[in-house]
Amino acid sequence: MKDLMHRRDLLKLAGMGVAVFVTGTPLSASGSRLEETESFYFVQLSDTHWGFNGPSINPDSQGTLKKAVAAVNALDEQPEFIVFTGDLTQTTDDRKIRRDRMAEFRDIVSQLKVKTVRFMAGEHDASLDRGEAYQEFFGDLHYTFDHKGVHFIVLDNVSDPMAAVGEQQLRWLQADLKQMKNDARIVVLTHRPLFDLAPEWDWATRDGAAVIDALMPHPNVTVLYGHIHQEHHHMTGHIAHHAAKSLMWALPEPGSVPKKAQIPWNASEPYKGLGFRDVEAEVDKARYEIKEFPIGRAQ
Amino acid sequence: MKINRFANYALAAAIPVFLLLQQTTIQSSAKEISNDEQVIRISASTFDFKPSEITVKKGVPVMLELISQDRHHGFKLPEFHLRADIKAGVVEKLRFVPDKAGTFTFFCDIFCGDGHEDMSGTLKVVE
Repeated sequence: MKDLMHRRDLLKLAGMGVAVFVTGTPLSASGSRLEETESFYFVQLSDTHWGFNGPSINPDSQGTLKKAVAAVNALDEQPEFIVFTGDLTQTTDDRKIRRDRMAEFRDIVSQLKVKTVRFMAGEHDASLDRGEAYQEFFGDLHYTFDHKGVHFIVLDNVSDPMAAVGEQQLRWLQADLKQMKNDARIVVLTHRPLFDLAPEWDWATRDGAAVIDALMPHPNVTVLYGHIHQEHHHMTGHIAHHAAKSLMWALPEPGSVPKKAQIPWNASEPYKGLGFRDVEAEVDKARYEIKEFPIGRAQ
Repeated sequence: MKINRFANYALAAAIPVFLLLQQTTIQSSAKEISNDEQVIRISASTFDFKPSEITVKKGVPVMLELISQDRHHGFKLPEFHLRADIKAGVVEKLRFVPDKAGTFTFFCDIFCGDGHEDMSGTLKVVE
């Protein structure tokens, strides 16, 4: 805890703090009272779109992910684990190129010092083949893991090209939640927003309302996702949803322009709108503090 | 064999002409706003709708005929609570009455590839 506070002070000095929080009592993921208060932090990277080629959008498409890996490796204190919330690769109709891109992506992120890395798919990775190639490289499309009193649920809302979680996965989720005490600490990791952020821009999950309904009885739920290529915060009741920036291109704010389009590269402000974040979990308070890092200035 | 080959060439030449005529008809029907039911055929292919701009008259029923030229696409027009799967070779029909004027976006809501996010069009409803 002392280390965490020290680290937070350093970040505040760097002027990069953004806080989001929920409070509660000390409980483990399974709902039992924690013997010892634990805090930890992890890093979220998203929408790396490896294989994208568009010089007017990102002339450093071959270098941005590598810079992000270097920036994470240069953090003073290494995270306990790292998550990638989808669109690891740029989509392609070609089965071989898809796999080549996934292999290249995997090679690049293998340079991360932290070896506990959790992946999830985006529609670019998994929608055209229902996740076949993705599973060959990165494993299951939906799963859970626990870390120091927090229960993480990885949801797949992309391998169905209709952007749905689907009945089967929904039943799996409900069964998993049934094992949890109501006030367990739960973090959902997914790619698309689970709420209707901008359906006309394809920023929604078709059956996301059913997922939120399933989560709603639990008072300590936070959702981290990607897809919209920008930082965004939203509440559905007591559930907080936080979108992450991309590591390839930025997108406009929802509804701010008539037609969604990639924001062109600005040579006077390279990498503007791109970045990654760290998430500090204060388990006893069920509080998550999010800090955004630009590319190239994370140290 | 020569006749068959000639027939194949003729057919090959005729198909684009037919499609061109058909496209012209579609665009014309979208522009000519009548008080009868407006029938508009929309062709979907990676990664466009044709036509991508449609004008209809408020209060006059519209029949959309949707067809894909290649793979499975979707059609979604949220403002009028319309959506459909569009499959190759199958005409999907959606009927509605535009009850409000304005310009509204429709788009493909089934991920279809690298240009999917640009696959959209606009419906203009005029008084």
